[in-house]
Amino acid sequence: MEPIVEIVDLRVAFDGLPVLHGVDLSIRRGESVGMVGESGCGKSVTWLAALGLLPQRARTAGSVRLAGEELLRAPASCLDKVRGGRIAMIFQDPASALNPVHKVGDQIAEVLRLHRGLERHAAKAEARRLFDQVGIPDAARRLDAYPHEFSGGQNQRIMIAMALAGRPDVLIADEPTTALDVTIQAQILELLQQIQRETGMALVLISHDLGIVGEVCERVLVFYAGRIVEEAPVDRLFAHPSHPYTRGLIGALPSLERPQRRLSAIPGVVPSAADLPSGCAFAARCELRVERCAQWAVELSSVSVDCGHKAA
Amino acid sequence: MMAAPLLQADGLVRHYRLRHGTFGHSAMVRAVDGLSLLLERGETLGLVGESGCGKSTTGRLLIGLERPDAGTINFAGETMPPEGHARWRRLRTRIQMVFQDPLGALNRRLTVGTQIAEPLDIHRLGCKSERAERVNVLLADVGLRPDHAARYPHELSGGQRQRAVLARALATDPDLIVCDEPVSALNVSIQAQVINLLADLKDRRRMAMIFISHDLRVVRQISDRIAVMYLGRIVEEGLSDLVLRDPLHPYSRALVSAVPVPGHRRERTILRGDPPNPAARPSGCAFHPRCPAALPLCAQIVPELRLSRNGTAGRLPHR
Repeated sequence: MEPIVEIVDLRVAFDGLPVLHGVDLSIRRGESVGMVGESGCGKSVTWLAALGLLPQRARTAGSVRLAGEELLRAPASCLDKVRGGRIAMIFQDPASALNPVHKVGDQIAEVLRLHRGLERHAAKAEARRLFDQVGIPDAARRLDAYPHEFSGGQNQRIMIAMALAGRPDVLIADEPTTALDVTIQAQILELLQQIQRETGMALVLISHDLGIVGEVCERVLVFYAGRIVEEAPVDRLFAHPSHPYTRGLIGALPSLERPQRRLSAIPGVVPSAADLPSGCAFAARCELRVERCAQWAVELSSVSVDCGHKAA
Repeated sequence: MMAAPLLQADGLVRHYRLRHGTFGHSAMVRAVDGLSLLLERGETLGLVGESGCGKSTTGRLLIGLERPDAGTINFAGETMPPEGHARWRRLRTRIQMVFQDPLGALNRRLTVGTQIAEPLDIHRLGCKSERAERVNVLLADVGLRPDHAARYPHELSGGQRQRAVLARALATDPDLIVCDEPVSALNVSIQAQVINLLADLKDRRRMAMIFISHDLRVVRQISDRIAVMYLGRIVEEGLSDLVLRDPLHPYSRALVSAVPVPGHRRERTILRGDPPNPAARPSGCAFHPRCPAALPLCAQIVPELRLSRNGTAGRLPHR
């Protein structure tokens, strides 16, 4: 099937400093893809660049196609239709993504007017339906409340309702549960999966927690220092991780079920974008390092073609 | 007779007054509401629960940074003296605390070495050359290099800063460290390094630890026993593996089942509603509005902490 989003050789540099070194990825309709990696590895920047949300000083190159249509050098009017419409994004901190001085119902109605051309009454009815869909009780009354009157988990539900208002083909959820308690995290992850089943939209879940991604997603992309180092179906990734960084991440994840053992920590720290080593960026922390790692960055190549497992 | 436990807290209560607006009526927040616990030498107790359950207040009470409104704390057989008292200051060489944000805990204008030596200076331990020697040993203990002593906090990575904070906490060779979310702000690969370091330190020094965290996976990795808190009370307590494998209290069960497990789509108990507001504590068992097993009686009577077959104690629902 034709992918809904196709990103080819996406590169981003801030003030001449490259932070994304050529990312290729494609998202199929209705699929759930996880993006994992540590802070600063390029997970979020990939989507901010794709949607033209980076500041002026960022230089972007490559190609981002949404259903065949190029977004990277598209005019603002075209991007306005895409953002919040065909591709919606939700973030870690819902309270700062919502406008504190407007009623939440009005904020959702605004999206419905902009992207679906709904009039006042139709927008209100639709907003109420969306509130019901994301599980906010007493929707009719709560539409007139302000963001501070809701809890963190409810605000994230409102953000999800707002993201759904434009009937997106793709929902990008960037660390959607990181600021929430574990019981509320379970509620939100359940809600995202349920909505994905109901609407058939694709879900991209960005998280630093392999556990969350492993539970929600079918396919996982592992990022390190601005590159994808491994890509595989989720079961395959946990059973046969290929890249030493992926193995390190899995080994560093404490578990509730495995017999208790010492965590296999990855030594050292992630190199900063300003002093990235030549060759493979992971070499300095890698157990399997050989001499030529300092010269070449290994390209992503297929480990197993039939299940789409690729590793650098 | 057995030696006294290292730390014993009985019936701790800490209430805060919360005022709504300038003229609004004030409400009572019962942050800690009748909490008892016991810690043996060299033992690690994990304290888990949602935000607002009173974990951090408990930690602050246990090291004497706050006075309980009721209840007693005994450390090594002696009652906890009031904060600022000479005896309390002496006691502080034996109890230390580590917080979530290492940058906030360090002074940005002092070198790491100076700050690690600070507890030694304050408590007048050793002469000048001994202190410098001790700083080097402490740096090595937490996996930092001697040249890190001359650096400033902003020159270190997040993981290195947390190591520096740990080195400072270890300077006086304490018997107890209270760690409040010590790895929550760190990246996964760095988090594993610091957890391993804490595990090594407690083994090597036979130091007791209270480990406060919202992450059950991390708590299990380091704790001998776990206490689950809900709205200022312990609802279940027992050996880590027993509590996590076979939780008795419906709240512990929901917490355990909420932990994401990769590639494992299982049936889970998803709690309805939000973490409760400590200023509006439900009557009876505080958990009853969210409890999947609640009975009418639960709204009236607080269940007692009961011992179960394997030594795990829990406030069980009425049967």
